[in-house]
Amino acid sequence: MAPRLILHPQQFAITINRLCHQLIETHDNFSESVIIGLQPRGVLLARRIHKTLNTILPGHSISLGELDVTFYRDDFRRRDLIANRTQIDFVIEDKNVILVDDVLYTGRTIRAGLDAMMAFGRPKDVELLVLIDRRFSRNLPIQAKYIGRTVDTIASEKIKVDWKEAGGEDHVWLMTQE
Amino acid sequence: MSATKLSVKHLLGIKQLTPDDIQLILHTADQFKEVINRPIKKVPSLRDITIANLFFENSTRTRVSFELAERRLSADTVNFSAAQSSVKKGETLIDTVNNILAMKVDMVVMRHPNPGACVFLSRHIDASIINAGDGAHEHPTQALLDAYSIRERLGDVKGKKIAIIGDILHSRVALSNIFCLQKLGAEVMVCGPRTLMPRYISSLGVKVEFDLRKALEWCDVANMLRIQLERQDIKYFPSLREYTMQYGLDMPTLRSLGKEIIVMHPGPINRGVEITSEVADSGQAIILDQVENGVAVRMAVLYLLAGRMQD
Repeated sequence: MAPRLILHPQQFAITINRLCHQLIETHDNFSESVIIGLQPRGVLLARRIHKTLNTILPGHSISLGELDVTFYRDDFRRRDLIANRTQIDFVIEDKNVILVDDVLYTGRTIRAGLDAMMAFGRPKDVELLVLIDRRFSRNLPIQAKYIGRTVDTIASEKIKVDWKEAGGEDHVWLMTQE
Repeated sequence: MSATKLSVKHLLGIKQLTPDDIQLILHTADQFKEVINRPIKKVPSLRDITIANLFFENSTRTRVSFELAERRLSADTVNFSAAQSSVKKGETLIDTVNNILAMKVDMVVMRHPNPGACVFLSRHIDASIINAGDGAHEHPTQALLDAYSIRERLGDVKGKKIAIIGDILHSRVALSNIFCLQKLGAEVMVCGPRTLMPRYISSLGVKVEFDLRKALEWCDVANMLRIQLERQDIKYFPSLREYTMQYGLDMPTLRSLGKEIIVMHPGPINRGVEITSEVADSGQAIILDQVENGVAVRMAVLYLLAGRMQD
């Protein structure tokens, strides 16, 4: 079956904008909040959110970090994974942390992300933001607070997110494996 | 970098690694270097793994470095040194190791005075083996951390000129370094007294130089090896003082080069023999960076080899 388009570039931009406004509703001017993108693809979303927030809220400096969860995964011996860069140049102790990933599927990456994040301190509050929530496919009791689009998928399907930054256009596709 | 896993199941020597393997180890070590500078310097990756450190020969740095690397990966460790073991009672190497493996050990880090001891062991036992130095043969993790430290300071190893200076004949560090640096695209020169130069060393594709001054003028990095008096059963040079006069690196020499070279030393330093204290403590020496990077590089090796254990 041909890939089905879930978000085209215009919807993509509207969704990012909406997520940013939802964040502002809760986090005001982000003086007590930080954004952490999960490597590798959550970082792209986190950067885009950060950039958009900066245009909506000019003059505020919002902390943005990148977190790699490879060493915390429960499946590293079953898959070949390459570790990516972690960069968190700020203190997360007592902050409101917004974890960002592109697709929420089994919840295992987020579980690893929570563990990895705790190595940097004890945040006051942690929220999860995802662009796509694959409903009914969770292995762990993890839910996102901010969701771009909820989709119903089965295990043989895959979600693919294309980014302008990676040379293409902003798209979200639902792929079916033959 | 194209590899996502190592091509080997043991780290027996650099000789068996591909350039992609080395790049993967260095890339992974970058991430572990960030980990060991966090407030909590520990990750849970190897919490289901038990590692035996078997040291049949003395070591401080390598042993502490491996132990720290293992603990920061959350592995369980057991330590064993030949001095207080049944080896003294006549047990063979395979028996010793098999007894330890019977206690459900997954990986073995071994230092042994006999060249090839790890290769031998890898043919007879099931666990993943990491060579922590086998006689005058190889010391792969030292070469990896040396390459990592050069890359960290100079941006890349490729195209750089590295001179390995001193006791080439008895040095496992020299051999592993030659293999590693060449696989990463560096030019390598060895320099030392004729008596401490293996006869066919040039067949490895390295430049050979007997004049320290010329070697220093050629290189970007000088790796000063320790004079291994414990391995020298005959006299290779008239006196330590004479060796120092000919091959010791001091500050006036370093300053007179008209360029800033990097000085490395695998430790332990014989201060005032291979290099003076002034050089060892100068800004051009990266000796303590090498030690710090050693933990990150060993974490990368252990982590990547553990990833191959179910294959």
